[in-house]
Amino acid sequence: MDPTRLTLSELATLLHDREMSASELAVLHLNRIESTDPDVKAYLRVTEDLALSQAEAADRALKAGEAGPLTGIPMAVKDVLCVKGVETTAGSQILAGFRPPYTGTAVQRLFDAGVVMLGVTNCDEFAMGSSTENSSYFPTRNPWNLDRVPGGSSGGSAAAVAAGEAVFALGTDTGGSIRQPAALCGVVGMKPTYGRVSRYGLIAFASSLDQIGPFTRSVEDCALVLDAMAGHDPLDSTSARKPNDVRKRLNDGIDGMKLGVPKEYFEVEGIEPGVKHAVEQALRMLESAGAKLVDVTLPHTDYGLAAYYIIAPAECSSNLARFDGVKYGISEQDEQNVTDLYMNTRRRGFGTEVRRRVMLGTYALSSGYYDAYYLKAQKVRTLIKRDFDAAFEQCDAIVSATSPTVAFALGAKTQDPLAMYLCDVLTLGGNLAGLPGVSVPCGMSGGLPVGLQVLAPQWREDVALRVARAYELASGMRIEPALV
Amino acid sequence: MEVHVQPRTRSKMFCGCGIAPLNAAPNTFVCEVCAGMPGTLPVINKAAVEACVKTALALECEIPRHTKFDRKNYMYPDLPKGYQISQYDLPMSKNGVLDVGARRVRIRRVHLEEDTGKLVHAGAGLHKAWESYVDLNRAGVPLMEIVTEPDLRSADEARDYAMELQAVLRAIGASDADMERGQMRAEPNVSVRRAGTEELGVKTELKNINSFRALHRAIGFEVKRQIDMLESGGTVVQETRGWSEAGQRTFSQRTKEFAEDYRYFPEPDLPPLSLERRWIDDLRTALPELPRVRRARLVEQYALPASDAALIAGDRALGDLFDGAVAAGADAISTANWIVNEPSVRGLSSEHLAELVKLVSSGQINRDQGREVVAESLRSQQPPAAIVSQRGLAQVSDTSVLEPIAREVIAANPKAAADFRSGKMAAIGPLVKDLRDRAPEADSKVARELLQKLLG
Repeated sequence: MDPTRLTLSELATLLHDREMSASELAVLHLNRIESTDPDVKAYLRVTEDLALSQAEAADRALKAGEAGPLTGIPMAVKDVLCVKGVETTAGSQILAGFRPPYTGTAVQRLFDAGVVMLGVTNCDEFAMGSSTENSSYFPTRNPWNLDRVPGGSSGGSAAAVAAGEAVFALGTDTGGSIRQPAALCGVVGMKPTYGRVSRYGLIAFASSLDQIGPFTRSVEDCALVLDAMAGHDPLDSTSARKPNDVRKRLNDGIDGMKLGVPKEYFEVEGIEPGVKHAVEQALRMLESAGAKLVDVTLPHTDYGLAAYYIIAPAECSSNLARFDGVKYGISEQDEQNVTDLYMNTRRRGFGTEVRRRVMLGTYALSSGYYDAYYLKAQKVRTLIKRDFDAAFEQCDAIVSATSPTVAFALGAKTQDPLAMYLCDVLTLGGNLAGLPGVSVPCGMSGGLPVGLQVLAPQWREDVALRVARAYELASGMRIEPALV
Repeated sequence: MEVHVQPRTRSKMFCGCGIAPLNAAPNTFVCEVCAGMPGTLPVINKAAVEACVKTALALECEIPRHTKFDRKNYMYPDLPKGYQISQYDLPMSKNGVLDVGARRVRIRRVHLEEDTGKLVHAGAGLHKAWESYVDLNRAGVPLMEIVTEPDLRSADEARDYAMELQAVLRAIGASDADMERGQMRAEPNVSVRRAGTEELGVKTELKNINSFRALHRAIGFEVKRQIDMLESGGTVVQETRGWSEAGQRTFSQRTKEFAEDYRYFPEPDLPPLSLERRWIDDLRTALPELPRVRRARLVEQYALPASDAALIAGDRALGDLFDGAVAAGADAISTANWIVNEPSVRGLSSEHLAELVKLVSSGQINRDQGREVVAESLRSQQPPAAIVSQRGLAQVSDTSVLEPIAREVIAANPKAAADFRSGKMAAIGPLVKDLRDRAPEADSKVARELLQKLLG
């Protein structure tokens, strides 16, 4: 038995039964990282000392009988979540050397639950990208095929879980940055409802769209991790008090449940036949598990991408203004005046895609253009929300592919930003409407994993997870780490 | 006129940091939120919202059901996030008024925002500094911005408006509004127009004003500068000008040729704020009497001189002290007289002040003794009546005691005595004064009559 191939729940049982210690489990994973990560390159930094001390604390809790379901479980954290004293750079040179003086709420809640942090995972710079190739450090590779991308922006987290280098990982999803890499790496990934998990400590890309969520090897694990992170945080005014027990009815099945199939999502530009085929198979399996498939329509889907690429850059242009070389990160000190300090620090610190989006967003908010771009995009956002509201009147959840394609070759889209943006076409609607969405592996196409996306109404993570769990059970799917 | 006022709060606008006192060491009142650390988020300070709503109510503003915060984007080293959280198109309140003398000043809006930090330049001024330091103690301190319509017509009116506003803010407890301490900053926008025309001229905005006096002088200077400029054939440039206290003049700081584009947009980290009607109504009900109303009442009800009424009504503590003492039975005019002329009594409770006023008005002790009693009462917290009886303080009005002293006085001042006898009534003054120097406890009225009798 190789523990790096087990699910969180299975490992929790082993730890509680004292068949293995948390320290042993941590060392197993650190060894796995050492042997596998030179190929995968999921991690930017391994926090071995932190992992071992947290594992020791977990062992004490286990011994004392004070352990919970996450005690001693090894985790990887995306490089956009602040952890006190641990270098956190958002995949960017501009934050090189930055060690936050505080730990964000979601990570802190997991620490409080006894989780062991293995390290910081790679991502696209400031979470802007769909392949992790925009990391200013190095690209991460897909464990299923090292010539392919892991997706992005949370590609490091997805790859770490897929490669057995972490039992679960945290990512962030602004337009699909958890669900798309989960699909491409063949793991479970969830973006919760906007407001479900506190964003305090998440280095903001687009504040009205960002959410933290887990990557896991099973739907049950996903529910466990979400449950530990979720809930109102007085430090995040956009976090909600909307209790939702995601674990209680997880295994109740979907008999009689209505699942919406949006035709627009099956006709998007560039959807691969193999992906479509795998998803259609999955729909049939859901049907045989008792669900009723209903046709729904999301008529403004075509405008989603355009609206997203105005709203997200607009917010990012403001969110990234603080990286000015004055307070933290790199700084061009030897300048003649403050404007040169700003310009040269930012020119050196930000990569091409970040600069592109800062400029796009600055333009969209400029006086004279605000109404035509930002305001219009917000109106489209409202229409997209209404599309989903109307669809959810006819169904309990919406199912589709997560990504129109399987993992593509490294370098295939780096010269074509628009092609890269299209990776998110099936996921960003969920961000614009603030919906919970989960991606669960649903077979292969050309030897690479395909993901099934389940979207649920706001605050109904329980529904999304129940559907995903039912599929998992019906398909007999078991996620095995790739590259073993 | 734009006035920035720091509401009275324990913590900053969007984080739990305390408000730094003026002499605090740099960067000692700073946390990850107000330092703009990556990943941090703002949380609205309820006390600041309450102070803003109270101010809006006192200025008779409309308070919309929904309000929101916006980001004002610009980069400067004293602005840690690269944007200031302010309010743009849905301010906390709008369309109010403040009556200042005969002038009705329309208030355009009162909104909430956060202050910036402070830069300290090492070297000779901003452009020659070899190093600049950032102090974030003030970054994130709450500010209310109170903006008028262009209704003020002179430096006098502008100063009076600012003073009235300060009185209102203090009366309702929204702010200490101390200009010297930077809790209230006035930024007048000044323009001139030819008499008889309607259109306002190009305006300049004045900054660095730290007192009502400076406000008055800066506007006076600027009005004259603009008139001189126009009459000599020049034009006024729209710009920000600083007031130099040392030079007693305004100087150009920043021209507005290229209007800054702040790219305002709704602050996504703060959901729109819905203020509960009931809460607002409760705040409205709890508002104290406003200075203007109190002033009018003091003149009407007690016939106080206008200047006394203005001073007492201009400060809530003084007004309450006066009303309390009068309610406790003290004579209103005498009470006002003590409050205005003897600042030390402002430290007494209204009950003790009432006792003091009664002791003096009834002639039990004289005014000099009254001052002593105040000092003692402030020291020991004892009621004035108790101090009088303990110390055996009482005016001497027994002529058999005073007569020998009066004779000594007449003998010692032959010239004054002769002058009085020859009909110069005013000559009695120095004689009374001499008697009181020899016998401070003497009742001066009795002493005067006694002297007149002996000389007559």
